[in-house]
Amino acid sequence: MSAPSRPLALTVLLVLLAVTALLPFVLSNFRLFQFTQVFIYAIALLGLNMLTGYNGQISLGHGAFYALGAYTAAVMMDRWNVPFLLTVPAAGVLCLGAGFLFGIPALRLEGLYLALATFSLALAVPQILKYFEHWTGGSQGLVLTKPDAPLGLRLTPDQWLYFVSLAVLVFLMIVAWNLLRGRTGRALVAIRDHPIAAEAMGVNSALYKSLAFGVSAGYTGVAGALSAGAIAFVAPDAFNVFLSITFLVGIVIGGLASISGAILGALFIQFVPNWAQDISKAAPWAIYGVFLIVFMYTMPRGIAGTAQALWGRLARADVRSSPAKGGLL
Amino acid sequence: MRFRTVALSLTVVATLALAAWAGAADTPGVTATEVKIGHTNPYSGNASAYGTIGKVITAYFKKANEEGGVNGRKINFVTYDDAYSPPKTVEMVRKLVEQDQVAFVFNTLGTPTNSAIHKYMNQQKVPHLFLATGATKWGDPEHFPWTMGWQPTYQTEGKIYAQYILNNVPNAKVGILYQNDDYGKDYVKGLKDGLGDAAKKIIVMEQTYEATDATIDSQIVNLKNSGANVFYNVTIPKYAVQAIKKTHDIGWKPLHLLNNVSASVGQVMKPVGSDASRGILTTQYLKDPTDPQWKNDKGYQDWLAFMKKYYPEGNVEDAFNVYGYSAAQTMVQVLKQCGNDLSRESIMKQAASLKDFMLPMALPGIKVNTGPKDFYPIEQEQLAKFDGERWVLFGEVYDASKK
Amino acid sequence: MDIFLQQVVSGLATGGIYASLALALVMIYQATDVVNFAQGEMAMFSTYLAWSMLNAGLPYWVAFAATLALAFVGGLLIERIVIRPVENAPVLAVVIVCIGLLVILNSVAGWIYSYIQKPFPSPFPNAPIKLGNVVFGAHDLGAIGITLVVLLFLYVFFRYTTLGLAMRAAAQNPVSSRLCGVRVGWMLAIGWGLAALVGAVAGIMVAPIVFLDPNMMAGILIYAFASATLGGFTSPGGAVVGGLLVGVIENLVGTYVRFIGTELKLTVALAIIVIVLVVKPSGLFGRVVVRRV
Repeated sequence: MSAPSRPLALTVLLVLLAVTALLPFVLSNFRLFQFTQVFIYAIALLGLNMLTGYNGQISLGHGAFYALGAYTAAVMMDRWNVPFLLTVPAAGVLCLGAGFLFGIPALRLEGLYLALATFSLALAVPQILKYFEHWTGGSQGLVLTKPDAPLGLRLTPDQWLYFVSLAVLVFLMIVAWNLLRGRTGRALVAIRDHPIAAEAMGVNSALYKSLAFGVSAGYTGVAGALSAGAIAFVAPDAFNVFLSITFLVGIVIGGLASISGAILGALFIQFVPNWAQDISKAAPWAIYGVFLIVFMYTMPRGIAGTAQALWGRLARADVRSSPAKGGLL
Repeated sequence: MRFRTVALSLTVVATLALAAWAGAADTPGVTATEVKIGHTNPYSGNASAYGTIGKVITAYFKKANEEGGVNGRKINFVTYDDAYSPPKTVEMVRKLVEQDQVAFVFNTLGTPTNSAIHKYMNQQKVPHLFLATGATKWGDPEHFPWTMGWQPTYQTEGKIYAQYILNNVPNAKVGILYQNDDYGKDYVKGLKDGLGDAAKKIIVMEQTYEATDATIDSQIVNLKNSGANVFYNVTIPKYAVQAIKKTHDIGWKPLHLLNNVSASVGQVMKPVGSDASRGILTTQYLKDPTDPQWKNDKGYQDWLAFMKKYYPEGNVEDAFNVYGYSAAQTMVQVLKQCGNDLSRESIMKQAASLKDFMLPMALPGIKVNTGPKDFYPIEQEQLAKFDGERWVLFGEVYDASKK
Repeated sequence: MDIFLQQVVSGLATGGIYASLALALVMIYQATDVVNFAQGEMAMFSTYLAWSMLNAGLPYWVAFAATLALAFVGGLLIERIVIRPVENAPVLAVVIVCIGLLVILNSVAGWIYSYIQKPFPSPFPNAPIKLGNVVFGAHDLGAIGITLVVLLFLYVFFRYTTLGLAMRAAAQNPVSSRLCGVRVGWMLAIGWGLAALVGAVAGIMVAPIVFLDPNMMAGILIYAFASATLGGFTSPGGAVVGGLLVGVIENLVGTYVRFIGTELKLTVALAIIVIVLVVKPSGLFGRVVVRRV
């Protein structure tokens, strides 16, 4: 974004945040639950976007990290009675580690081959969850107690989860923004667009790539942990391959390499399937498919990408962070 | 003009009074003219084959409404797509209960999906009736007084096979193929419980498959190689056809026990051909619409006429359409029994007071019975053997409630 | 030993299924540089067309040829109508359009033909073939044979015909090709048409084994993707070898790695593939792409 627009953008952002913070006192618990889901998806998409959007590594397996995060929270709550709020950072740290480790062999893989490796992860996770029945409850899953607000806060569990998810989202967005606008962000984008040149410039490609994997998985794991609380149930069937594909759909529709794109994408994957079934019960998937195609026709760079381009044209500034045409992204 | 206004206001007053008298005003989703019922089902995604159940139920309630509704009330059936995804089920059921304000939720489909809302329904004290899944946990009135299953449980069916094996197959060596999820595991548990101590000796091999597998050939080869002479086939139709065909192709001739889930003549037995399917055993509780023996049966013909009139785009070879039809009939019976008291407590009470209710598409002799401590509506099943064309029922009707 | 051979044979049969669809994936990747997630559903839809024609009484091979022709035209039209508008968009946008296509085709097939699975005839004899104690279906053998024929056809087409050469050029360097007079747009469309045709063959060969239903290809697509990657996305022969290997590996893991059993056989098979990829990052037979700065 160009410099003169920054105060305006900041004002818009603050107003939006204020409105979001007031919503719990206006909307029904059910609507809050839906928006909580949006925040949770947005966190996951933010994570995936760092990896795929900024760093150019395609992952079709982020559902696996989402599942790992959800199960970390679920097992800690169910087996050890750990308070919900503590399980969220624990899930994040665990997934960060798992993602970092997975990112090391993934360094050797690119494009399609990386996509398959990550896709394998998404396929394998439900099986693995069923296999370790003692911890995970096997295919029955684990039924959890919905976390209550701490004493003294007169909030319903839905309001509480809404605020927790919102706070985590805002915090992680700020972290992401700080990470991506500086040195690290430039390194990630450089690796995406010109890997060899970046290396020649002294960017430690291997380190940044596995770090991107780790942080991205960590974000997604946090989202998974929050979802375990919001849904109050985890089962292997909730984390099938289609979840990972949905995440990919989310970041592309929302806008690659864009922080706000994560929220827009989350709104899409949460609400558009519902509209599709309102239009047709006979073939809701057909309607959903049409939505996907129409979105890509009208906004091939995603909602945020298109908005940014418009903004850029208005502000006569170039859109720096959008990927090169014909590139991977 | 004036007369009309007076008449109108009188009607309004009368309606209000009636509603108040019925206590209906207290129950969400119930008015003097309407009862609102919620439902979820996969209309999209990999499990969309089940989608027809939601459609046939919609059609049946339309028929009931055209015939005057239940005790003067029309049924307003609200059904949503959950794509067989537990988080989506939670969202949709919360929408039904909190936003649409349904009186109760009926025939939600799937074990993981219903597990996700099990606790919620009971905390909210909203009836969660006649679930479309055969897991055993739905019949636990002590801990979950608002949840009730409908079909015979998978474990019950497993026990029937166990009994058959113990009584009829000396030196039985059982090989099992099951889907690696709770549906498959429930069936295996039923069989093992039924076999008792002998289970360890009798079961020589267990093989699993995932619902994403392309084929199950390898598992069949292993089962044959294990020397099993009984094949306990716990697969959904997609894999049942493959399993039956492969068993035949590699020349394995065990006693073949096929779970009821895949016992459809049109969906499974006919496609694999009579050579491969002859001699297979299953258990049944509903009439198979593709089985020629019911051709002149009154229940079948009524069902067929219903399908033609209210759900013409539905497939009359699809056993799911009999399933949904029968579940909806059970629901209507409960509403009838409720009379004018449609409070949630009353609905639950009547659901637990079904006495010898006969479903036109259930096998002869099979009745629906529930009680305050019996939350398993259908507990009877009968063994049947496939003669290449139809299922031939044999033996007595097995009644799990009497064991 | 018998069980080992039987598992290998049955793995080859299943692998043949993966190989046939993997071939279609590689085909479209070579011709257009896109991984078509809708490939499986396109094949499924073509198979339904064949089923309709057989049901109407057409002889098998007539229906077969007609389906191939229809699939080719259908693929061509999909490229012209659905893919063309995102031709210059980022690759991931095209992937999303393909996913959209996947869900549409799946849903529409279920809507038209219902989800009742249908038997699909095989052109090969019904009786299984026995060699010693090892049994295999004549259809399995025939299907692998047909996959190899398709492979040979593709090889000859891309290697020895002008059109094939033009298509490869168009995919690899559109700008230069255009300068040389290659009509790049049409080349891409023909690529989609051919991939749809190869997919239709796969569908028709797969349906007798797994039976025809709208979700017939969902699982197979996953394995085909793995097979194509293992073999190398730039090599049609690699895709076939990859498919057969995946089939055999999976069976042997499920049979011999006792503590894993069938519950984790897919996981282990995938782990093996990923390990192979880490050693050979472009697949077993893939071309290593040399990048210039």
